[in-house]
Amino acid sequence: MKLSEVQIVLDAEVVSGIKWMDREVMTVCAADLMSDVLAFAKESTLLVTGLTNLQVVRTAEMSDVVGIVFVRGKYPGPELIELARRKDIPLFIVKHSLYETSGRLYQHDLKSCHKMGEIL
Amino acid sequence: MSGGQEIVLEFQLKASVFDVAGEASSKTKRVLQQIGVRADVIRRIAISAYEGEMNTIIHSCGGTMRVVIFQDRTEITFEDQGPGIADTNLAMQEGYSTAPDYVREMGFGAGMGLPNMARCTDKFVIESEVGVGTKIMMVVFH
Repeated sequence: MKLSEVQIVLDAEVVSGIKWMDREVMTVCAADLMSDVLAFAKESTLLVTGLTNLQVVRTAEMSDVVGIVFVRGKYPGPELIELARRKDIPLFIVKHSLYETSGRLYQHDLKSCHKMGEIL
Repeated sequence: MSGGQEIVLEFQLKASVFDVAGEASSKTKRVLQQIGVRADVIRRIAISAYEGEMNTIIHSCGGTMRVVIFQDRTEITFEDQGPGIADTNLAMQEGYSTAPDYVREMGFGAGMGLPNMARCTDKFVIESEVGVGTKIMMVVFH
């Protein structure tokens, strides 16, 4: 699924990175634990999170995450948006909870980045 | 990279300075991209570097991150000035953490850092002495 479809499925606001909407998403990682993201995210993973600190963008950068979705309408600060822009990481904001956001993506055939017993 | 010349990057990491946490790993990643190392290899180096950088900033009194990029491998060494880890075997266990709450609120301190660093790297050595400091040496082959 492309990021542009993610935007429609989640009825999301694109905060930055509109030029990257053609990027392909293969799996999803829904987590507030950045350590788990670092351990389990694969290439072409979309990160769904309720955290809005700078380390979310750093974690996304290191893990080659293709985009970040902030749930429950949480708006990140200007520093985070600027860092994401510099790192070419698109940012979305959705009104839904973490659970519903994940559910909507799952319904559209996007599966978890975490498979039992498989890391990296 | 030509001529077998290695690239050396060295960073000072200050304790509890979180707004620039990740800069050293980000620069390392950029250099590796510039010299054309494979993306999946860069990812393993970047993740282990970042976990180490965060660990140093969260737990230590300050330290250094030294990256040496050879043609066939990248070596990363973290060295700090304490407080040291009493039981490194325990620290290597998934889920074991001594991180304070404010670190957990940032999404870290879940006791996944050291095991994840070991998993991402081809060689991983940790030495620590309470009251002296901790040294971590990692190697990832390209």
